[in-house]
Amino acid sequence: MRYAYYPGCSLTESAVEFDVSTRALMTALGAELEEVPDWTCCGASAVEAVSRLLTYALPARNLALSERDLPGLDMLIPCSACYLNHLRVEREVLGEKGLRGEMDEILAADGLKYEGTVKVRHLLDVLTNDIELKAVKEKVGHALRGMVLAPYYGCQILRPYKVFDDPERPKTMDPLIKATGAEPLDWSMGSKCCGASLMATKKEVALESVAAILAAAKDADAIVTVCPMCQMNLEAYQKQALRVNGRARPISIVYLPQVLGLAFGLSEKDVLLDKNMTVTERFLNRLRNPEPPEEPEAKDAPAAEKPAKSQGKTEPAREQGTPAQ
Amino acid sequence: MSQTEVKDTKTKKADLEARALADIQDMVAACMQCGTCTASCPNSFAMDYTPRQMWRMIIFGMLDEVLKSKTFWLCSACYTCTLRCPRGLPLTRAMAALKRLAALRGGEQRKKAAFYKEFINNVHKYGRVQETGLMFSYFTTMMDPFLPLSYAPLGLKMLGKGKLHPPSGAHKGKLDAIFDKVKQMEGTT
Repeated sequence: MRYAYYPGCSLTESAVEFDVSTRALMTALGAELEEVPDWTCCGASAVEAVSRLLTYALPARNLALSERDLPGLDMLIPCSACYLNHLRVEREVLGEKGLRGEMDEILAADGLKYEGTVKVRHLLDVLTNDIELKAVKEKVGHALRGMVLAPYYGCQILRPYKVFDDPERPKTMDPLIKATGAEPLDWSMGSKCCGASLMATKKEVALESVAAILAAAKDADAIVTVCPMCQMNLEAYQKQALRVNGRARPISIVYLPQVLGLAFGLSEKDVLLDKNMTVTERFLNRLRNPEPPEEPEAKDAPAAEKPAKSQGKTEPAREQGTPAQ
Repeated sequence: MSQTEVKDTKTKKADLEARALADIQDMVAACMQCGTCTASCPNSFAMDYTPRQMWRMIIFGMLDEVLKSKTFWLCSACYTCTLRCPRGLPLTRAMAALKRLAALRGGEQRKKAAFYKEFINNVHKYGRVQETGLMFSYFTTMMDPFLPLSYAPLGLKMLGKGKLHPPSGAHKGKLDAIFDKVKQMEGTT
């Protein structure tokens, strides 16, 4: 399995742990990632508010580069906004003659041409449809038994184009979370908006959305994300959001490839867990001391005799009482 | 600038505005006022006009009133309305088109559009977004001394995590050709 890889800008800066854990996870699963040479920004969620043509031209440039330099490979994108922007080109440019002509003209100025041969794929799509669940399960060497994880999908991988999941009640993360030994939280907030870039322009409105999501996830050990903007809104503004909604409480926010990587037995360092801005003691305890596997129950065994939790695999723990923020 | 030039610029801007409004009217012309968009919108609670009301105002050509409202600035592009609209209208796209139209008008709209504009300026300049630099140029444009303060806790956290970087010039100029061409085609300078 080989993919053209488009990390996008966030993954080179504020979401570096998403990039590192994605690469580590895909390597562990036997996939090769070739970074699209010379890629540039796709315009994120800001470009459509500035220019209609740039909305298509910025991602089209990357697609054209991928077609030219990595022909025949699907383009794997972990960031939801990058994914949607590139997918929009795939879905709309070829079918609309006028738009296609405009893109040809613009890209020609950069010596490029978009042909429409490259397929745009989100990380979760690839994990769901290209990799057998069995292969994921086989890799799990540090099962996260006892952990409850809230799958949070956000918007842009689900809507407006229905590609690999239900746009209202997504469920593709459930089997992956179960494969790690953890339990997915059954909730209805997984596809609700986190406020996205309103956090920069209308913060008080975005905080309401974040607070509602945090409150709904209060029984989970962590919220699992697949988008650097969702991740940023849920973790970096968590303290402010907790003041908005009294029912919410501090909760870890982690990327899906981090969770899968940890379950594979990668170290916290391998997935850059120290770069996350909210990792609670509760999450670290569950991670470092997972519940022991259920033993085939001997008949008449006294129910109360459960093995002590500390027998789980432990890493040299951080000094007690110093949360990883 | 001579008087005729000023007049030309004004006419050109009015033309661009009229065209943009006509495009948006096309997008929502088939709206049957069912209100599914409003009911689906995570941010409608903070809007002055609901999305449903705004589509009607656009069809009526009430552009000044629409541009005075904060409704379209509150769209976070979650696409739930677009997904659910029984008429299949591209409502999220219409919201973005309104943000562009407002930026075109300028004046008091300029500050509201500043974040998006600074973001894309940053992309143009560096080829890849430089997040740290972007926030600083946004603060400078807004000229609001309290704004940076409200993001200070985040800044400190990012600093602590080694996530604040001086801008990288490694991809500077890579997008010049595309930006120049688009500018020429969209008639904006």
